[in-house]
Amino acid sequence: MPIRADTANARDVFGAVALTKRRRNLLALVSIAGLLMLWWLVTALAWVDKVLLPAPAEVLSAFMRSASDGSLAKHVGISLLRVVEGFAIALAVAVPIGILMGSFAIARGLIEPVVELLRPIPPIAVIPLAILWFGIEELSKVLIIAYGAFFPILVNTIAGFHEVDRTHIRAAQALGASRLQIFRDVVLRSAYPFIVVGARLGMGMAFIVLVAAELIASDAGLGYLINDGRYNFHTDQIFLGMACIGVLGFLLNRALLEAERHLLKWKYVGQ
Amino acid sequence: MHEARSRDAIIRIRDLSVQYERFRALEDVALDVYEGEFVCLLGPSGCGKTTLLNAIAGFVFPSAGTLSVNGKPVRAPGPDRGMVFQEYALFPWFTVEQNVQYGPRLRGVRGEDLRALSRHYLGLVRLSEFAGRYPNQLSGGMRQRVAIARALANHPAILLLDEPFGALDALTREALQDELVTIWEKERRTCVFVTHSLAEAVYLADRVVVMASAPGRIQAVLNNPLPRPRERASAPFFDLYRTIDGVLRTVLTHAEARPSTH
Repeated sequence: MPIRADTANARDVFGAVALTKRRRNLLALVSIAGLLMLWWLVTALAWVDKVLLPAPAEVLSAFMRSASDGSLAKHVGISLLRVVEGFAIALAVAVPIGILMGSFAIARGLIEPVVELLRPIPPIAVIPLAILWFGIEELSKVLIIAYGAFFPILVNTIAGFHEVDRTHIRAAQALGASRLQIFRDVVLRSAYPFIVVGARLGMGMAFIVLVAAELIASDAGLGYLINDGRYNFHTDQIFLGMACIGVLGFLLNRALLEAERHLLKWKYVGQ
Repeated sequence: MHEARSRDAIIRIRDLSVQYERFRALEDVALDVYEGEFVCLLGPSGCGKTTLLNAIAGFVFPSAGTLSVNGKPVRAPGPDRGMVFQEYALFPWFTVEQNVQYGPRLRGVRGEDLRALSRHYLGLVRLSEFAGRYPNQLSGGMRQRVAIARALANHPAILLLDEPFGALDALTREALQDELVTIWEKERRTCVFVTHSLAEAVYLADRVVVMASAPGRIQAVLNNPLPRPRERASAPFFDLYRTIDGVLRTVLTHAEARPSTH
C-alpha cells in the first residue's frame, strides 16, 4: 500500500524525523487540554467578571440544556441547511461559468470585467441590499452565501484551465481524441484540482457570510444564537454558538477534504 | 535496405519549410521514410529535428512544401501516427492500464478486447504488475515504457519518438534502447526517433538523418548497415560512430561560423 504523504514520518527542515501520528495526536490533546485548563483557572480564580467569561462548566451546562430541549439541533440544522444550499448554488453556477470563461476567450472577455468589478466588494456589504430585494427570510440568506462562495470557485476554475499541459493535449490528439474528448478527458481533468481548491475556499467564504447574515437579521441559526446571547447577557450561549460554528466549519472542511481525496485519488498516492 | 526502397515511402516530404513568426525552423527539407524502417533524426539543438517530427505528427504546419503519410497530406494529428514524448505525457489522473487503453477506447474497443489489448502491451514493456498504479508511482524509465505501450496499443502505422530517453540516466537509457529495439523487431512499426545522442542513433537506426541549424535543414542521410543485434562496444560500431561524428562536426563548425558570415 502506498503511504499517504501527510501520515508518513517525514523529516522536518533540520533533518530530524518529524512526529509520528500518535505523537502528534498526543501533542494536540495536550495543547487543547492546556487551553481548557487555563480557561478554567481564569474563571475559578475570578480574574475576569463571570458575566464576560463564563466557566467551562457553565458553557457545558448550556450545551446540555439546549441539546436536551432540541433548540441547539434546530439552530445547527438551520445554519447547516443555509450554508449547504448557498454553497451548492454557488458550485452549480460558478463551475459552468468558469468552464465557459476558461474555454472561450469571448466569454472571458465579456464576463471578466463584471467579475473584477464585483469581486472586491465583500459579500457582507451586499447583505442589506439582499434583504431589500429578497426579504428577510431564507432566500436572501442563501443567495448571499451563494454570492460569497461564487467568486473563489469561479476564479479557481478559470485558473485551472491555464494549467492544462499542452503535451497532454498533443498526446490525446495523437491517440485520436476529438476536441470534445480532449475537453472531457484532458482539459477538465487538469482543472479538477483547481476546482476543488476553489470549492474549499468557497466553503470558507460561505461560512463567514452565513454567520454575518445571521448576526444581522435572523430568528434562528448559530449566528442568531450568539446575538441572542449578547442581548440577554448569556455569555455561555455566545460561547456555545461560537464553539458550534467552529465544529461545524471543521466538519464541513473535513467532508470536502474527503471528497477531494476520493475525486483526486491519483494525487494522493506516493511513490 | 534495397527491398525497402523499392516500396513506396510511408512518409514523403518535399521542399518542406516551417516558419515560426520571423524564425525559419526548417528550410527545404526532403525525406522519404519507408515502411518498417527505423530512422533517427540527429543534430544539435535548434536544428529543427523536433519541428520536423512535429510536422509529421501534425502539430505544426508547413509554410511551404508537402508532407504526406500513406499518400495523404498531413493536416492534423491522427491515430495513425503514435507519439512518445520526452516528458512522457502520461495522463496522471488515469492508471497505467487506463493510459494504455485510452486510444483503443476512443476507437470503441470495450470489455475483454480492451483488457486483452492492455495486457498484451503492458506485458510487452514488462509492466503487467503495475497496471493498477498511477503514473506518479512509477520511475521515469517505467513511465516512458508505459508511454510506449500506450502509443503501440493504438496500432499506429508510424511511431514518432521525441527524445524519449533524454531525461533518463545512462543505464536506464541503454536498457530502454534495448527494449525498444526488441519491441520494434516484434511489432515492425515504422519509427522516427529524434535524438541528440550520436551513440543512440548508431545503436537504433537503419538510417541516420543528420540535421544542421540556422536554418534547420538536412545535412546528410547515412545508412547504418550494422547487423542486429548490435554490439555497443564493437569496432564496426565505433567506425560508424566516427564517420557520423565527422559529419556532425562539419555541421557544428558551420553553425558557429554562420553568424559572422551573415
